[in-house]
Amino acid sequence: MSRLANRIAALGHGFASWITGLGAFARLFSAILARSSVVLRRPGLVSQQVHFIGNHSLLIIGVSGLFVGFVLGLQGYYTLNRYGSEEALGLLVALSLTRELGPVVTALLFAGRAGTSLTAEIGLMKAGEQIAAMEVMAVDPLRRVLAPRFWGGVIAMPILAAVFSMVGILGGWFVGVILIGIDPGAFWSQMQGGVDVIDDVLNGVIKSLVFGIVVTLIALYQGWTARPTPEGVSRATTRTVVSGALAVLGLDFLLTALMFAH
Amino acid sequence: MTRERTDFWVGLFILLGLIALAFLALRAGNMSSFSFAPTYQVHAYFDNVGGLKVRAPVKSSGVVVGRVAEIGFDNQRFQAKVTLSLEQAYAFPKDSSASILTSGLLGEQYVGLTPGGDDKDLADGGTIEFTQSAVVLEDLISKFLYSSAEKEGSQQGQATGGAAAPGTGQ
Repeated sequence: MSRLANRIAALGHGFASWITGLGAFARLFSAILARSSVVLRRPGLVSQQVHFIGNHSLLIIGVSGLFVGFVLGLQGYYTLNRYGSEEALGLLVALSLTRELGPVVTALLFAGRAGTSLTAEIGLMKAGEQIAAMEVMAVDPLRRVLAPRFWGGVIAMPILAAVFSMVGILGGWFVGVILIGIDPGAFWSQMQGGVDVIDDVLNGVIKSLVFGIVVTLIALYQGWTARPTPEGVSRATTRTVVSGALAVLGLDFLLTALMFAH
Repeated sequence: MTRERTDFWVGLFILLGLIALAFLALRAGNMSSFSFAPTYQVHAYFDNVGGLKVRAPVKSSGVVVGRVAEIGFDNQRFQAKVTLSLEQAYAFPKDSSASILTSGLLGEQYVGLTPGGDDKDLADGGTIEFTQSAVVLEDLISKFLYSSAEKEGSQQGQATGGAAAPGTGQ
């Protein structure tokens, strides 16, 4: 009986610590925002992070986008062909990429490629007592380390998502027009007729911006709160991917319901 | 890596992002069909607008001459009020007629303008008097079913001597 009671108590404790984590997460967010003036004072720090987070992720984003576009082209053609409307392939590829796949898949890859390295870097800085050393030297690590990384991720993510969508559309075009032989005029004109700049493209950019903020912040938070041991850093890195992916998928549902349900 | 080299690659990265956005807006999206030519507004009342959407094209002889600006319901006339913004370069006679048409079998709906013969042109804020509503598929099917049932009934009536009511011939 007392074991059951302990279980229930542990359940409550787990929930309470989750809420506490959420509060600490929000506090870290506001602390980083409050120290963001460093972005304007030392833009070199941010550009270094954009280079590290963005440029180095470009290859995996581009290749993934290309193959997602290929697959969309093939699968879309297979389905549309049944209804004799292959010309709508361009529309299907462009809408799926700009609305959903571009921001979401990029954010998932971003969490795996850039988020993990941010978490590991900050966690190891903590384990190696570099953060403590900074504090001793009266350098604010939130300002010097976390804020530039946060803004680097927020700037890089929408760019990566836009590149993903563009490369994906070109991949769909390659499969549809070059390999299968759909009329290129119909392919592009159906796409232009159905993709709205505000409703689809801009909302996709807003989505990717939100995902960039959330994923980067989760990565920084996990690194910042990691236990300063090798095991603690490895667990934090895993948690970055898991909670980053879950946050992206959950938020995507919310944002889609807000933006496209009318 | 030196600071300047990093900045160069970051600049290239951001440029690539801008190119991608421009591609999405201009090549994939409908940005290039945005027209900044001066327009004037005319209203048209329809019994049924079907699936007409705001920003749908207004075409005359197949050429886009404007866009649908607003769709609302007029509670005085109990009709749908559609506001069209037409490009200033195109003027139409006062007795032109507007109809809601569909491009292709299942394509999007648009407003077709057929010019009339009046000397005066439609002015800003004017109203198109002659309109034709969207074709509703259900109405079409029910009309078709009704007429074929009627035809069948009259044929059966002739076969049994003309006087019998439809359905009693069997």
